[in-house]
Amino acid sequence: MKILVAISKVPDSTSKISFKDNNTQFDEAGIQFIVNPYDEWYALVRALELKENLGGAVTTITVGEANADPVIRKALAIGADDAVRIDAEPVDALFTANQIASFARDKGYDLIMFGKETINYNGSQVGAMAAGLLDLPYVSNASSLEVSGSSARLERDIQGGSQVIDVDLPAVISASKGMAEQRIPNMKGIMSARKKKLEVVAPIEAPRHTEVLSYSLPEAKSEVKLIDPDNPTELIELLHKEAKVI
Amino acid sequence: MDRFQSHDYYLMDELLTEEQILIREALRAYLKKEVSPIIEDYYERAAFPYQIIEGLAQYGCFGPYIPEEYGGPGLDQITYGILMQELERVDSGVRSTASVQSSLVMYPIWKYGTEEQRRKYLPKLATGEMMGCFGLTEPDFGSNPGGMLSRFEDQGDHYVLNGSKMWISNAPFADVAVVWAKDEADRIHGLIVEKGMEGFSAPEMKGKHSLRASATGELLFSNVKVPKENLLPGRSGLGAPLSCLDSARYGIAWGAIGAAMDCYDSALRYSKERIQFDKPIASFQLIQKKLAEMITEITKAQLLTFRLGQLRNEGRATSAQISMAKRNNVEMALNICREARQIHGAMGVSNEYSCMRHMANLESVVTYEGTHDIHLLITGMDITGIPAFQ
Repeated sequence: MKILVAISKVPDSTSKISFKDNNTQFDEAGIQFIVNPYDEWYALVRALELKENLGGAVTTITVGEANADPVIRKALAIGADDAVRIDAEPVDALFTANQIASFARDKGYDLIMFGKETINYNGSQVGAMAAGLLDLPYVSNASSLEVSGSSARLERDIQGGSQVIDVDLPAVISASKGMAEQRIPNMKGIMSARKKKLEVVAPIEAPRHTEVLSYSLPEAKSEVKLIDPDNPTELIELLHKEAKVI
Repeated sequence: MDRFQSHDYYLMDELLTEEQILIREALRAYLKKEVSPIIEDYYERAAFPYQIIEGLAQYGCFGPYIPEEYGGPGLDQITYGILMQELERVDSGVRSTASVQSSLVMYPIWKYGTEEQRRKYLPKLATGEMMGCFGLTEPDFGSNPGGMLSRFEDQGDHYVLNGSKMWISNAPFADVAVVWAKDEADRIHGLIVEKGMEGFSAPEMKGKHSLRASATGELLFSNVKVPKENLLPGRSGLGAPLSCLDSARYGIAWGAIGAAMDCYDSALRYSKERIQFDKPIASFQLIQKKLAEMITEITKAQLLTFRLGQLRNEGRATSAQISMAKRNNVEMALNICREARQIHGAMGVSNEYSCMRHMANLESVVTYEGTHDIHLLITGMDITGIPAFQ
């Protein structure tokens, strides 16, 4: 099995989010970055499990600038064999998908795996676009993945149940919760990551069809008023006079 | 995905390497998953969680600075400190187990042992397959270890060791003990004593109100035959065990910051959630004073300790500098535990919150590896040139 796993750098979910340049740029100052959990916990770990069972190699690919190297090093510490970084800012989904597709083309990967989305922009586009560009089948949101011979069986959670899909390899898939269990890189892994290859590749020319105009934060939650259950009159009065819903 | 973020008021993380942060995050994730959920229970039952030994080893907590050729990861002193900080953020007893294994067992074997001793013991100590303890303190000789009564005699093809040691962390389960005893010429030497040697026993000491999740015992030697190849030949005299304590005290200085951070973190969260007089108690000036002083003291300790780590890396840190950091940081942490306990009100005494456990643990930490007062006298001696111990 030759597997390529796409790894993104995202802000830690506990980060305080703010914007700069008149709300057109995400302010990265003071932000701690992590590997996108869907990429790390599910896609990468399942890829490693497949490699452990079937043999082969796992390469990670990241479209990002040098400040993405720490998260790539973590992916190597978890167990990826080597890593590639396309040296460009991943500002547009099609641009990013083109970079990945261009690198993966003719490399003979059996599987190209993505997290179902990144937890910062939640676009869920790059995997599908890369599959399209490579003319490969694509299965999204898979919660389990088994490989047998030249095909893979995937399970997807759907409204009210689940769906089982067989797909011929090579294929592109995106992983959701349940595909694998998180692995914490141990000291041996961290030490071996020092010596693993992180290849930096120049980006190709590719179109960018989208432009972010502005960002805004969600409105602050309003305060909660607690009303004594023995005092329904107060509740009715507040609903009538303050909330004006009755 | 709710992860603890270090309280890093002066952006100290920018001084760390990518790998140091990765190591910290990995250990933090392991501790959160495997140790934090069980520690209160083990503390209450005064039991040591043996099942975490393998994990502590896997995340580099046993001899992090031991070179790769002896089974360690060969990390620097700042990384060692970071690991101790993360361990003590969970519990001082867990940190103590790793401190003893690293600084008081692996360090002397690495620094003062023969090549055969290094190869025989260090790889197994690094994986936790073998656990160790350190015997210096005696019932009548704590702050004055030079007065020790434990002795060994040369019997031709072996030594015979007699004496007793007290308050020894890890003793009840240790496979090896690095024991300090005097020879016929009254010179202190280190001996590696192995579990199972005839005449050697290590009964557990019960009834501690502190470090309850760490096993403490005595070491009793009654005509123990110790092979001659078990003597640490590299250094003798009181300076040998004291240099090990320098390493351990340095780790304690970092560890105490961990305990303080956990208490501050808990107090900060609690004060923003706890409503009194119709608003969060964090709105009140007296609570803010406590919190502001806590983060100030933590930040000062972080800066002090990071610089000490740089000096350790360069081999320039003096024992007196280490004493200052150990003393300052443990007192800082104890004060923060107490203030945090107050911010939590009555809840602060319950085991739903960790501050009182940290506080009780630190009562040992402020006493062991050089008491608070002795470290003050070390600073006093360093600046005046006059020892005031006697």
